[in-house]
Amino acid sequence: MKRFDYLKAASIREAVSALAGDPKARMIAGGTNLVDLMKYDVEAPGLLVDINGLDLKRIEETETGYRIGALVTNSDLAYHPGVVRRFPLLASAILAGASPQLRNAATTGGNINQRTRCYYFYDPATRCNKRQPGSGCDAIGGVTRIHAILGASEACIATHPSDMCVALAALDAVVEVEGPEGRRDIAFLDYHRLPGDTPERDNTLRHGEIVTAIRLEGEAAARHHTYLKLRDRLSYAFALVSAAVDLKIENGKISRARVALGGVAHKPWRDLDAEGMLVGREPSAEATDAFAARLLAGAKGQGGNDFKITLAERVIRRALRQAAAGTPQIQHEKAIA
Amino acid sequence: MPSAPPSLRTIPITLTINGRRHDLDVAPWTSLLDLLREDLKLCGTKKGCDHGQCGACTVLVDGVRINSCLSLAVMRDGAEITTIEGLGTPERLHPMQRAFMEHDALQCGYCTPGQICSAVGLVSEGHAHSRAEIRELMSGNLCRCGAYTNIADAVEDILEQQQKAAAE
Repeated sequence: MKRFDYLKAASIREAVSALAGDPKARMIAGGTNLVDLMKYDVEAPGLLVDINGLDLKRIEETETGYRIGALVTNSDLAYHPGVVRRFPLLASAILAGASPQLRNAATTGGNINQRTRCYYFYDPATRCNKRQPGSGCDAIGGVTRIHAILGASEACIATHPSDMCVALAALDAVVEVEGPEGRRDIAFLDYHRLPGDTPERDNTLRHGEIVTAIRLEGEAAARHHTYLKLRDRLSYAFALVSAAVDLKIENGKISRARVALGGVAHKPWRDLDAEGMLVGREPSAEATDAFAARLLAGAKGQGGNDFKITLAERVIRRALRQAAAGTPQIQHEKAIA
Repeated sequence: MPSAPPSLRTIPITLTINGRRHDLDVAPWTSLLDLLREDLKLCGTKKGCDHGQCGACTVLVDGVRINSCLSLAVMRDGAEITTIEGLGTPERLHPMQRAFMEHDALQCGYCTPGQICSAVGLVSEGHAHSRAEIRELMSGNLCRCGAYTNIADAVEDILEQQQKAAAE
């Protein structure tokens, strides 16, 4: 690991000004991703700004939902009784990810800011536009089992690895950030971005901004939801394809459908127009097939991940069936209904 | 403003490790794992992958299990750390250590300190109520000898004993 200076931030202001004032500064919370990247020299901050002393560890009930501090651990969030009751999709998605030890250390803000697990991003001996802008992409034409089938570019085919973020995308969460120019909210769907020709930027944070909280608002499905994740082993592996589904069903018909896919793109993948096709229809194989076809209309394989297109169709179909039936996937039960 | 080269200064921290207070000066790039093993010679905690993938380095920080390889020591200033050395001694084994022995829950033993610290954390978290949940919630600890069946037996045994004790 490269040597660095260390600052324990005493306030959000101090953290923001340290980050804004030094392009080689990085922020550390749980450390589960950043320390790993520093060991590979993928990240080599000149200054590490430790935000663990900040008052961002609370889950507050608001009039419309919950405000989750950026330093709330993944475990505390997944087992929070109110979140489990009102946003069970989020709790389930978190428990599908990582391991208990990692969830005990990893934070809410850190989860949304984690980097891709693309093998080439992690290997400084290869070319990677995300790690070193302009150097090229050795993933394209390389080993592509885990790579994107939607929204990729000539510069980058990496995927976002989070499970939690897939649920937050389906739930229309809001990201609260604070920076040199003050505070602002970012709709979750606008937080992560597609790679385009600037894959070094994972999200729409501006220089010096930090995530302070995530807000969950409004009504979410208590029964008609599921987080279905398929991967190369049954536990403790990143998704090849996952789906977070939140359905509102009234009088036997879908009145709202929110479906986000994980493991397929540079960000959790949602298509609001495609979701509109499900509204007003009874949950059925025909409705689901048409929706899956639309959602995956632009899907393109890279060779090693061509199977993901078929896998994604099947994940969408099964996840919609689970959600419609009110039988969400239980993460410790490995059989898929 | 470009950064000046790092100053290489150490940071004073205080940790309570296995009940004993330590005032330490640590370089900020020292992982909690390296501090325990290299500086304090508490070599029970093992370095497997050093990347948070195997769980051999699991310790309890303020009673909560984490991967010590992915935590910088400096981030844990003020914390109480329990390692395998602090759970029990050969004369007075922790019930989980005894259960691992009784159920033959190891072969080479390299992952065992991490498995046991993880299992102790699992029990105190209170979220495992079935064999399937034990297996899922122990999935952060790999065992290349493949002693998983007996590890799950050991953890199940302790959970059942605890439930019996609670019922009495």
